[in-house]
Amino acid sequence: MKRRLPWVLLAVSLGVMAVGLLLGEYRTVLEKAITVCLDCIGIG
Amino acid sequence: MTGKNFPRKPRDKRPWYQAAFALGLNAWIPSWFKGEIFQGGIKGICVPALNCYSCPSAMGACPIGAMQTFFGGLRFNLSVAEKKFGLYVAGFLAAVGSAVGRMPCGWVCPFGFIQELIYKIPTPKLKIPHFMTYFRYAVLVTMVVALPLLIVDQFGYGETWFCKWICPAGTLEAGIPLILLKADLRPLVGFMYYWKIGLLVLFVGWFVVSQRPFCRTVCPLGAFWGLFNKGSLFRMAVDDEKCTLCDKCHKDCPVEIKIYEQANSPDCVRCLRCVSSCKFGAISYEFLGKKEVSPDNRVKGPA
Repeated sequence: MKRRLPWVLLAVSLGVMAVGLLLGEYRTVLEKAITVCLDCIGIG
Repeated sequence: MTGKNFPRKPRDKRPWYQAAFALGLNAWIPSWFKGEIFQGGIKGICVPALNCYSCPSAMGACPIGAMQTFFGGLRFNLSVAEKKFGLYVAGFLAAVGSAVGRMPCGWVCPFGFIQELIYKIPTPKLKIPHFMTYFRYAVLVTMVVALPLLIVDQFGYGETWFCKWICPAGTLEAGIPLILLKADLRPLVGFMYYWKIGLLVLFVGWFVVSQRPFCRTVCPLGAFWGLFNKGSLFRMAVDDEKCTLCDKCHKDCPVEIKIYEQANSPDCVRCLRCVSSCKFGAISYEFLGKKEVSPDNRVKGPA
């Protein structure tokens, strides 16, 4: 019973991730990642 | 691995894994010569580490940077009914945490690796008081979630507060190289840049004298994954009957925890050094139903 928790958590997490991908969030992350992040380098 | 019944010091192969991951996550070397950042289509894949996506050769996306972007844009997106909630990144972070907890901190994260290398410089060393480890939760809640969400500009966009004000990984991996490589960015250098360089210098000084201080006191990614340590598929265990409380595991631990007091502490980066260092075979780990004790050190404990 106790060891079901991580499997449930993992399944829910993967489900949430899949919904995010279906909503097109990969593109949002990609657009951020391929643009020089001025905040990250300290000139934003 | 032969099951011999005497203790011998196993070779710690973890630095090789850390080096391989550091190189693998930052493998697009041509970008360094062009003064650009890698812009391939795979860069939207989140990496299980604090690795700045503005590092010229970074192959993937930093999940903490990506999460702040979603929190910063959430109010604008809601106002225009755009369905972008950060579920991809949140699901990724929770999936990694559910599977292995904080293990990527110990094996994958290049910034953790850098801290461990710098700590090897022989100087007097300082312990980190335990209360300081709670600060990372404040960083996670305020800099990654609350401030990007609550403080927005006239368009409804929040900033990436952690990246902007704190992240020394971004300064080291992106700030310094890009300012050196891209002449057109240099006129933009001002207070913020010097603030971040100053902070990096302070952190590097701290890396010399303390073990993984950034991971333990500041890193929001480690703070989040640490919450999963108790409930993840990968678990550490201590056999109380074999443990002699010799404290060898505590002395060898890169995050200075007493695993015999709390086997799945949120501070543990699961480097497994304690498994190797315990000559009584009292410390083990379990993953997907398999339980492992370091075979090199499996000796009979005290009667």
